Amino acid sequence: MTPGLFQGLQVVLSTLGAEGVPAANAAATVLESSIGLHHYLVVSALVFGIGIMVIIIRRNAIVLLMGLELILNSAGLNFVAFGKYVAADRIDGQMVTLFLIVIAAAEASLALAIILNIFNSLNTIEVDEAKSLKG
Amino acid sequence: MSFSDSIFWVFATTAVVPAFLILFTRSIVRMAFLLLGSLAGFAGLYLQLNAAFLGFTQVMVYIGGILILFLFGVMLTQRSDIPVREKVGPALAVPGFFAGLLLMAALLFIALQNPWKTHPPVPVTEPDTPVIGIKLLSTYILPFEAVSILLLAAMVGATYIARVQAPGAPDGQAELSDSNAEGRLE
Repeated sequence: MTPGLFQGLQVVLSTLGAEGVPAANAAATVLESSIGLHHYLVVSALVFGIGIMVIIIRRNAIVLLMGLELILNSAGLNFVAFGKYVAADRIDGQMVTLFLIVIAAAEASLALAIILNIFNSLNTIEVDEAKSLKG
Repeated sequence: MSFSDSIFWVFATTAVVPAFLILFTRSIVRMAFLLLGSLAGFAGLYLQLNAAFLGFTQVMVYIGGILILFLFGVMLTQRSDIPVREKVGPALAVPGFFAGLLLMAALLFIALQNPWKTHPPVPVTEPDTPVIGIKLLSTYILPFEAVSILLLAAMVGATYIARVQAPGAPDGQAELSDSNAEGRLE
């Protein structure tokens, strides 16, 4: 196991309250709070994977859209976290996420309009059954 | 563990667990409310990251807007003769699960293994909102305008795509527009 990965796992384990796991030095020297960049990246990675699962497993078009929103949110969380812990100006990460939220709203409204249209012509919103090219 | 840290764990759990439960729920309406929980967790994480404006934007746009849109979509696309349930493709459940797991593992590996050049977070001395407003109209003026045009186009496009069509019209050729709706109905 690489040192960085080990350290990251140590951060996670030590904050989970595991006994006998020494607190990672990198996180301890940053500030008094033990929550660091890694924690947000882990949350974001988990939700991203769940979003991918939802998109592949589910067949209802609206549920697919929900998975997409999960993925967009995890990306936005990464931007804000990197803005706080890595970037020179923390507002820059927030700006990207702000635009991301706006674009997600536009995308959701358009996708739902398309889904309504598919439902009107095919009487279903299961993506497996909408396979004909000519409506 | 300090109080602020435990708040992080509360919000992180709120963000991840409902998202995971979406995979195992059959009712679409219940899924929408699980998504609400997950998005609320994200809003809390934004607050935890000192992004108060973003957190409340998340609450207003996602929870107040997009989720209601989803519920409208669910209501408008369900036939009354079949229950509001959803089939899970048995063929795709296992590969989908492993594909998501693989991506998750890859992202976790990158996130934990990469030596990020982190610096201690700068203490917040002033509220975000005026800074964001000034940045929107100076540094980010071009994306701001582009996004406003995108929103207008999306609004017009969504209204056009979802327009009401006559019940028996072949392929949308005789849709009811506002000007001739009454004449067609007679």
